[in-house]
Amino acid sequence: MPLFRGHYRLEKHSIGLALGIIAVSSIGGIMEIAPLFTIDETVQSDPDMRVYTPLELAGRHIYMREGCYACHSQMVRTLRDEVERYGPYSLAVESQYDHPMLWGSKRTGPDLARVGGKYSDAWQTLHLYNPRDLVPESIMPAYRWLLRTPLDMSDLPGHLTAMRRVGVPYDDEMIANAASDAHAQATPDPESAAELHARYGEATNVRAFDGLPDVVTEMDAMVAYLQILGRLTELPYETPVAEELEEPEVVERSDAESGAAVRRVAERDAPGQATTELVR
Amino acid sequence: MVATLTLSERRTAQWVLLALGAVGLLIALAARGDPMAFHGVLMLLFAAALAWPLFQARNAPEPPEERLERYYDDPIKVGIVLSLVWGVIGMAVGVWIAFLMAYPDMTLDAAWASFGRLRPVHTSGVIFGFGGNALIATSFHVVQRTGRNRLADQFTPWFVLLGFNLFCLVAATGYLLGITQSKEYAEPEWYADLLLVVVWVTYLVLYLRTLARRREPHIYVANWYYLAFILVVAVLHVINNLAVPVSLSGAKSYSAFSGVQDAMTQWWYGHNAVAFFLTAGFLGMLYYYLPKCAGRPIYSYRMSIISFWGITFLYMWAGSHHLHYTALPQWVQSLGVGFSVMLLVPSWGSAANALLTLNGAWHKVRTQATLRFMMVAAVFYGLSTFEGSFMAIRPVNSLSHYTDWTVGHVHSGALGWVALITFGSFYSLVPWIWKRERMYSPRLVEVHFWLALSGIVTYLVSLWNAGITQGVMWRTYTDSGTLAYSFLDTVIAMEPYYVARGVGGLLFLTGACIALYNVLMTIREAKLEGASEADAEESSAAPPDRPASASTPPIGGAPAGAALRARAD
Repeated sequence: MPLFRGHYRLEKHSIGLALGIIAVSSIGGIMEIAPLFTIDETVQSDPDMRVYTPLELAGRHIYMREGCYACHSQMVRTLRDEVERYGPYSLAVESQYDHPMLWGSKRTGPDLARVGGKYSDAWQTLHLYNPRDLVPESIMPAYRWLLRTPLDMSDLPGHLTAMRRVGVPYDDEMIANAASDAHAQATPDPESAAELHARYGEATNVRAFDGLPDVVTEMDAMVAYLQILGRLTELPYETPVAEELEEPEVVERSDAESGAAVRRVAERDAPGQATTELVR
Repeated sequence: MVATLTLSERRTAQWVLLALGAVGLLIALAARGDPMAFHGVLMLLFAAALAWPLFQARNAPEPPEERLERYYDDPIKVGIVLSLVWGVIGMAVGVWIAFLMAYPDMTLDAAWASFGRLRPVHTSGVIFGFGGNALIATSFHVVQRTGRNRLADQFTPWFVLLGFNLFCLVAATGYLLGITQSKEYAEPEWYADLLLVVVWVTYLVLYLRTLARRREPHIYVANWYYLAFILVVAVLHVINNLAVPVSLSGAKSYSAFSGVQDAMTQWWYGHNAVAFFLTAGFLGMLYYYLPKCAGRPIYSYRMSIISFWGITFLYMWAGSHHLHYTALPQWVQSLGVGFSVMLLVPSWGSAANALLTLNGAWHKVRTQATLRFMMVAAVFYGLSTFEGSFMAIRPVNSLSHYTDWTVGHVHSGALGWVALITFGSFYSLVPWIWKRERMYSPRLVEVHFWLALSGIVTYLVSLWNAGITQGVMWRTYTDSGTLAYSFLDTVIAMEPYYVARGVGGLLFLTGACIALYNVLMTIREAKLEGASEADAEESSAAPPDRPASASTPPIGGAPAGAALRARAD
């Protein structure tokens, strides 16, 4: 066969072989990745999509540093059970400013794409400090050091500058005030909060996230980040949860205790409310 | 070993170490207060540690010209040992964190000891430390034997091997310090990535230079795979790691891509790291050590060609199957499914080619654990590529994705295919290269085989159960149309499987420790004997007089192309 005869000649030339490998292997990537940058429909446009505040960005860095993404996804798939469990499915625009994205690949713990606002700050702080204090069966590691480590805010302007270089619309004012904005967000004070709100929007959370108003800890940053997840844009909540949803083979549980199961789900998947009241 | 370097090679080594030390010092000073400074110190110490043997050999004479008539095997020897050491470390960390998933409080209240920081130490430790060193060492061996020529020079192999291990060290210690860019299997930060680029380009150049000196007209199929591994990994690494550092004196950087484009780039990388690091490179190993050990030529030359180009072309399209039902456009997901299913053809082509090669040598599979390692590796290669294509189909993926089934699938490939083919290759390579009749203890090879196999089966069965259970629980509805299980219910259901998985990993780790012991003892025996028999043994495996232990090898001995051609015509 001429194909094999041709190859018989090709394999005598190392450079020819190398060029062949490069050519053949690059087709797939070029065909699949390059269009994602040029086709406009790939990412919805949302003028109201806001950027991370410096404190949230620092929290995101801690989320990456501690490897949270290895056990938690941030991507609600277009499947009925996921939308019912977590909330509206994720849109591409929501991770538009995520360098890199943290969609994740494993759910040892639940998806976090819609976790913002689901639990109180106090719940998040206690839970990160020792998950088993709130959820005895949890297997999540305890992150106690977040509460005792002050947040390094000095290099935040550099972080915002780097983000701007890769295309995130931070303006000069945001960059110049990055460190003080981070401080302001975790230290409730009407004056500095007004500046922060002017720069990042009225909806920006300004609270002592970890319950310690005098010091900005890594816990502040982490909780501030978790509380904004799924809240950078309202678009997913406005998109009609359409019939387009893929229905998985639904497994019906036909035992008598289904009523009890519903109650259990309600308690366990939204313990936030209950605990919030306890903490407050 | 340093004395075998020529005077000019030793001078080059001096300058390179001096440069590395200077870079290390510069980083240590410039990055004060940033965890990156630790890596400056690490580089400085690494350079100093290597400068010591160089200094000791400062008065050694120029090595004799006859060296050019022999193969250059010193870096291979070091690479084998490094690979096994990294393997034991990486697997031990894996077993440890596996048990952390069942007993989360069994750890210190310290950031470095937490699951999230240890996990990449496990993945990088086994993929890059164990797998990478094994690939570098065996590629140096295969490229010399199949071309019947010596490595192009003596300095570059050391640069590649030790530079790569410096990268592994920087990566692993970085994770403990919290330095990561969070891209799975590409976690090291920008400066470690740059170091790897330098090492990798040198590796490519060395490989091509060595191929150019071959005495065989044809390049043997194992080398195609090694070449694809080196080339494509370079492309993947550079593109996926494009990033803007916050500052040149700090570790943190921001990826050039975001959101959906980043996800696609990451899984294009992630899936093809599997394809070209964990598949192509190890197929190179399979195509040399299996036929050589079995004493049979490769079954089909044409199947080799079809499989090789099939894998090279199709794999690159398959990455999007990691992103089913996500915000990635549907058309990319569909392409991912199509190509993932097609991939089964070249994958099974390779597996079948390997198994059919064993026809006429099955009695050896029964009696020699070494060959049995390779046979079972080929079987697991076939099984996990089938499983991979199956899991890439959308409805299957909707159940399996995000569960431990995926983890089980990865380990079916990593333990069953990658690790077993590596151990099999090492068990044949170690006696050849240290010029021994056999391993120190063939019995321990046998023990290792059964430990490894029982470990894999325990691991896979527990995670298949875990994954399918969890996937089904997530989507179970009650009669009244509400979700039946809270997320926590599914976590509680995982516990017995996590314990069983840890036990499986422990069995496999025990086998790896035995392998390291067996190899070290073989080396020790060779050293003791070498000392008593003086220099007579010195003559390494030169093309004219190959060592007796590798008597008339079918491929390394006979021209590789000819062996294949017999089948082709």
